[in-house]
Amino acid sequence: MSQIGSFALLLALVLSGYSFLAGLLALLRNGPGSDRLGETARRAGVATFALVLLAAVVLVVAAFQDNFSLAYIYHHSNRDLPAPYKFATLWSGQEGSLLFWSLLLASYGLVLRLRFKVDARLFAHASVVIAAVQVFFLLLLNFAAHPFSVMQGSLPQDGAGLNPLLQYPEMVIHPPMLYLGYVGFTVPFAFALAALVMKYPGEKWIHITRRWTMVTWGFLTCGIFLGAHWAYSVLGWGGYWGWDPVENASLMPWLTGTAFLHSVMMQEKRGMLKVWNMWLIFATFMLSIFGTFLTRSGVVSSVHAFAQSSIGNWFVVFLSLIFAVCLFFFVKNRSHLRSEHKLESLVSRESSFLFNNLLLLVACFTVLWGTLFPILSEWVQGHKITVGPPFFNRVNVPVALLLLLLTGLGPLLAWRKTSLESLKRNFRWPAAGALAAGLFLVLTPARWGSPFGLKPWVDISYLYSLMTIMLSVLVALTVGSEFVRGGSVIRRHTGQNLFAAMGQLAHRNTRRYGGYIVHFGVIVIMIGFAGAAFNQDKEQEMAFGDKMTIGPYTLVCNSYTQEDKPNYGSEWAILDVFKGGKRITTLYPERRFYKASQQTSTIVANRSTLKEDLYLVYEGQNQDTGRPIIKAHLNPLVMWIWLGVWIMIAGTILALVPNAAPVRVTAPARVEIAPAGAGD
Amino acid sequence: MFAANPLAKRALKLALLHLTLLALLGAGDEEARFTNLGHKLMCTCGCNQVLLECNHVGCPLSDRMRDELAANVTRGDSDDLVLQAFIQKYGPTVLIAPTTTGFNRIAWIIPYLALIFGLAGVALIVRGWRKRPLLLPEGAVAPVAGPDLDIFRELARKETEV
Repeated sequence: MSQIGSFALLLALVLSGYSFLAGLLALLRNGPGSDRLGETARRAGVATFALVLLAAVVLVVAAFQDNFSLAYIYHHSNRDLPAPYKFATLWSGQEGSLLFWSLLLASYGLVLRLRFKVDARLFAHASVVIAAVQVFFLLLLNFAAHPFSVMQGSLPQDGAGLNPLLQYPEMVIHPPMLYLGYVGFTVPFAFALAALVMKYPGEKWIHITRRWTMVTWGFLTCGIFLGAHWAYSVLGWGGYWGWDPVENASLMPWLTGTAFLHSVMMQEKRGMLKVWNMWLIFATFMLSIFGTFLTRSGVVSSVHAFAQSSIGNWFVVFLSLIFAVCLFFFVKNRSHLRSEHKLESLVSRESSFLFNNLLLLVACFTVLWGTLFPILSEWVQGHKITVGPPFFNRVNVPVALLLLLLTGLGPLLAWRKTSLESLKRNFRWPAAGALAAGLFLVLTPARWGSPFGLKPWVDISYLYSLMTIMLSVLVALTVGSEFVRGGSVIRRHTGQNLFAAMGQLAHRNTRRYGGYIVHFGVIVIMIGFAGAAFNQDKEQEMAFGDKMTIGPYTLVCNSYTQEDKPNYGSEWAILDVFKGGKRITTLYPERRFYKASQQTSTIVANRSTLKEDLYLVYEGQNQDTGRPIIKAHLNPLVMWIWLGVWIMIAGTILALVPNAAPVRVTAPARVEIAPAGAGD
Repeated sequence: MFAANPLAKRALKLALLHLTLLALLGAGDEEARFTNLGHKLMCTCGCNQVLLECNHVGCPLSDRMRDELAANVTRGDSDDLVLQAFIQKYGPTVLIAPTTTGFNRIAWIIPYLALIFGLAGVALIVRGWRKRPLLLPEGAVAPVAGPDLDIFRELARKETEV
């Protein structure tokens, strides 16, 4: 079985190498045979997909067959592992995840190569770029991180088991989503480089890649937030984002990708920022590769990181090559990227995109800087230091607030130039609404049900929370006013009700209004983040009948017990939750001990509402008394984060829907009716 | 079932610490300092978690570190002294964020400099773009500008608002 997988990988390398070289030759030669050579390159690319898929299937089958003669299966699976996690073995370790990466790249390449008739020459160039990236990953798989390596010595009876942290339903979908995002940026990168190399006229390559970029960005967004939700549900520390280097690695391409999705509109509509967009998409791709390098090289310590290995050097070489190629063609063909228009006014949609890009890039740079500073410190000072959450929060929160402000202002600005009068007119009510929300939060006593009875002067985190909520209200009102204003015009013309008219409005320009819905999702998420300033926690040993009070909740220990299952043993407590003297639910915080890997894992019990999460962690058992130790967290507004992600996904999907054809309304001709007696 | 569980000891020690703080020192301050300092320190076992948030069973370090922190706070050491003692013992990585002294200051300054230089850069770009002469093809009509443009724009907006 393993020979089939190994052979498939080797053949895939040969074919992708052929696809690259033959494709390149076909593009360089203009002879009569070049078309046929190009066609063979395209077909070799398609065949690469089949072979990489075969290798991935072989690995998954080996996991289901408990084939512990393969080192990878031995290290990441065991006999009692449930079926979904056996499937997830494919991306649970270094070699498998590289194979999975290669498979996704081959899948994207397949779609691209099957759609080559859209623009054969541009697609042929892009196909060569994708083949080059594919060659790199297949070289890694064949020579540095082989997933079909065979165990030495006697055959083990059982595997070492999957890391318990990964034995959680979200782990079956989080990595594929994240990888779809990472790998997907290869496609816009390939088209951008192709357009630069061939001095492709116009912005057609952007139109072709627009959907690819949005889909990729959507996957990356899902992947990042699934990871956050997994961390919240599994790690048991009460938070969802720890600024871990691997989390940062996923955030950086997301930030540059977001910047690209905004600035690309300037190129489409105004023929501006061509150089900037080119480098943004180059940077996004390079950051995706850089993130993989961070995870696998061991240069930074991370709870997520794979074991330190030599493949980091491969990534350094690959990154250097990519940069050199991009720089070479940029220098050679930069005259092709000259802007077609000039900026007319500072108060315009164009300048808001410029500042939006600046802020997103500063945020990206800050994350990169904080992630790499420990290495810099080691070079300069001779010792590493830690750059943890306080650093990232302190430098990124002000940037995020400025971005929120721009998100509110952006829709009010017209392309080319906006008159200050118009800006004032449109900005007045949203600003008043934001101010009213702020005053409400500060002045309303907590006992009235105000979320916080918020006192921004007590702590800077409270001030940030207040500003976040005020700016979120501002954005919500500007986005809402855009829908209402446009919907009202349609309603006047068609006689529909306002909601139907707004639906039609969104369908007429899905990208614009989908984008607004994404912005709305962002502010819902930001409100969720704002709640973190008010987190509380408490830890207590709880015997039968013991009580613990946190916020408005009283927890009463009903019972605690143990259970033994084939894959793991577990301990858990049964806690009745009371609020206002009334029992509202029962929660079961649990801790598992996985037998194969000899590791423990937390199963958090969480009662989530829009107002707050009551998040209970089974910390362990007092060996002397046998009683459980429970840590309770009260985390306000966390549900808003997950809600916001769904809204962002809905907005992204809407933006991908083709626009409805504009409805032509024929105005009835005015008929002059002669007044009585006029002809007389 | 679990071979070793230092959490139990930790809970008892924490309870003891709390009782000591409340009974002998009468200091809610001490408890606040413990929490505050505990959030400025990392657990150095490799879990990358804040000392007071490290919650994995069998952690070889966090219980001992919490005990030391509790002892230092109870002894009345200043915050700086407590942090220095931890740096001496566990190395500079024990601090959760860079200090604001020496080379580490750069960590804090650079992001703000990036923002300032970025803003200046964008301002320069905008200025350059606004001054850039518009190259018109031969025979093309120069675009309308100034107050006329505002009138046309408002008209276009009204007519094509959707």
